[in-house]
Amino acid sequence: MVDFKTAPVDAVLVGFGWTGAIMGMELTQAGLSVVALERGENRDTSPDFAYPRIADELTYGVRHKLFQNLARETVTIRHSIKDRALPYRQLGSFMPGTGVGGGGVHWNGQHWRVLPEELRLRSHITERYGKGFIPSGMNLQDFGVSYEELEPFFDQFERVCGTSGKAGNINGTLLEGGNPFEGKRSQEFPLPPLTDVYGARLFAKAAKELGYHPFSEPASNASRPYTNPYGAQLGPCNFCGFCERFGCYMYAKASPQTTLLPTLLQKQDFELRTQSQVLRINLDSSGKRATGVTYLDAQGRTIFQPAELVVLCAFQLNNTRLLLLSGIGKPYDPETGSGVVGRNYTYQMTGGVQVFFDKDQPMNPFIGSGAGGQVIDDLNGDHFDHAPHGFIGGAYVGVIQTGGRPIQQMLLPKGTPQWGSKWKQAIKDHYLYSLNIQTHGTVMAHRENYLDLDPIYRDVYGQPLLRMTFDWKENDIKMTQFVTGKAKQIAEAMGGKSIDVNMKQFGEHYDTRAYQTTHNVGGAIMGEDPSRSVVNRFLQTWDAPNVFVMGSSVFPQNIGYNPMGLAGALAYWSAKAIRTAYLKSPGPLVQA
Amino acid sequence: MLALGPALSMSPYASLSAQGRILAQGYSPKYFTKNEWVFLNASCARLIPRDENGPGAAELGVPEFIDREMEGAFGYAANWYMQGPFASGLPEMGYQSPLTPREVYRAGIAAVDSHCLRHFGNRSFSELPAATQDSILKDLENGALDFETVSSKSFFDFLLQNTKEGYLADPIHGGNKHMESWRMIGFPGARADYLDWVDKPGARYPLGPVGIAGSRG
Repeated sequence: MVDFKTAPVDAVLVGFGWTGAIMGMELTQAGLSVVALERGENRDTSPDFAYPRIADELTYGVRHKLFQNLARETVTIRHSIKDRALPYRQLGSFMPGTGVGGGGVHWNGQHWRVLPEELRLRSHITERYGKGFIPSGMNLQDFGVSYEELEPFFDQFERVCGTSGKAGNINGTLLEGGNPFEGKRSQEFPLPPLTDVYGARLFAKAAKELGYHPFSEPASNASRPYTNPYGAQLGPCNFCGFCERFGCYMYAKASPQTTLLPTLLQKQDFELRTQSQVLRINLDSSGKRATGVTYLDAQGRTIFQPAELVVLCAFQLNNTRLLLLSGIGKPYDPETGSGVVGRNYTYQMTGGVQVFFDKDQPMNPFIGSGAGGQVIDDLNGDHFDHAPHGFIGGAYVGVIQTGGRPIQQMLLPKGTPQWGSKWKQAIKDHYLYSLNIQTHGTVMAHRENYLDLDPIYRDVYGQPLLRMTFDWKENDIKMTQFVTGKAKQIAEAMGGKSIDVNMKQFGEHYDTRAYQTTHNVGGAIMGEDPSRSVVNRFLQTWDAPNVFVMGSSVFPQNIGYNPMGLAGALAYWSAKAIRTAYLKSPGPLVQA
Repeated sequence: MLALGPALSMSPYASLSAQGRILAQGYSPKYFTKNEWVFLNASCARLIPRDENGPGAAELGVPEFIDREMEGAFGYAANWYMQGPFASGLPEMGYQSPLTPREVYRAGIAAVDSHCLRHFGNRSFSELPAATQDSILKDLENGALDFETVSSKSFFDFLLQNTKEGYLADPIHGGNKHMESWRMIGFPGARADYLDWVDKPGARYPLGPVGIAGSRG
């Protein structure tokens, strides 16, 4: 079964994206010997993201050069437990990363925190609206950690990334130009906001006239030269328009490569092994303690890596799958509602309003950054009274101009023919003169939406694929219709000549084909009750205390924001608990 | 409307003036057969026609682009999950056929031409008038034609997707010759450096496109 066993280490990291790099840095600083196992290849700014080769929409944007190769492993998907799950054969609705840096290479850098009430959503909703406001079947939960506890770690991650933005609330003092709804910050952003493109300015003006509070989206795209606490240097973003789906050739987008790896990869006690596919976490005879992990190396040899501590730092879907494949935690059963692993899988709800302008107003869509733009938070979280609307959650709304890639980002009015001279005329008429207002929001957990192992389909290594059972529920459609309806009013005030609204309708099924977001969350959720969570508030599994789970796998339901800022802060929070408490006395950090 | 022809000219612009009757200049297909190549050129010329707004997909090398794609990872579905069992499902579940794009094109072109030979006086697709070609393409798009060997809709979806890709992608991939589509819409291509222009709201960007290989429009 195992071809050979390697030298034991203190900690093994499964996956080497953002949370792997954070954990690697924190655990080596604590004096541990650490090995990171990454299934993909090594990558760095040069040569992998170098100009001009990176400015290639077809190779990176359309053919997904930097993303997970589904020929090796994928998931199966169905809308309900009554359906037969089918494989997700081509990348569509979500695009997991692979390789060194993971999704941190090709993310946009939309670097949010979380709203304080979202961390205690069940408690908050019950307090404000009463328990009866929570619809039947909605598994609403608290995270088990407070915003105040996480604040130093949000701040730490932003300093590492050189995040650009404007604070709206520093220690309780509201500041003009920032987000008035955000939780208290201990200090200003490391860098000022990026310059706004024209469309973002038009959005901010219209939103303000309607009484909203526009601000610059927090962006881990450096607006100025920046040196982070590890001495890593970032250069200013030049709005190249090849950010999301691409690696940054300008050293401007925060990624593990631009912020942590220059220091971490030099450390004596750290070793990175790429093309190393972890198959399972090994447990001792008690089933309550991991002894290490088994992986396949690039040559296909099966290797056992003994370790005192196992930290899952892979993408959300892969973390959940590894727990299921390893028998850590009881799998969730949607019929009875018992079990925890795979429970509360959620996604995010996106919508948009496209605005088309006359030819005296070029939007220059190709001038883009990953995360620069103007947004409002008035319709997110619980920033408005939900009682009359009958749903929980919300969305942020704004114009983030990420580029004008002509194959994938061409905006055309509804009803435009898909081909022929009329299509050609339309792309000529609209390419330069259009923009999209995005609504980006929550999806609440539901007892019928979950993850388990597929009974039929297998990966290229012979292991069962993860099976996703997911469909939109009424609460989430109500949310997007409400928020996108408000976005339409802003669009109408922006002075375009026509608009089109895109939002999910009641009865519409989850569509796996068109890209929506890679903000898949849940499956190994955190919480205070072992019967309803996989990991405790320090991200330590209840069932095997030397196994920790990072990333958005631990979100009990989805937040309105992009999840990386929260996932990064939680990694630092967990690392601190390991360093200050677990290493002194290895065992459960919370008594079940 | 299209005829097979040799590479007539060293100058691409001279070839463009020949009423779009020329197949991709100087390129010999690696994957497509002679008959398939004729079909591909004819269908590309209808999907994105040459008109008053400039050259169409056929003149800009899109057939070459598609042929090259057939020989690469895309054509072989090398990065897709292609293990069985295969079953059909709701459209929302995405592509579920065991056929690779190479196989879909081969079966699809044969099926369309055979349909044309049967129903349009023993003429293949490329020999039909433009209006008839358009109506056949519309039938494919709507899934109105029922083929034995391949889903007509899947075939059309690949054909249209790849035609647009070749027309709008960087010229290093074989289509969008001389960045003509980028010039038409106003995309500066691989310039990828706009720090000087982000703070000029509403001002038209003054420079033409550049390509990855250094071409300038």
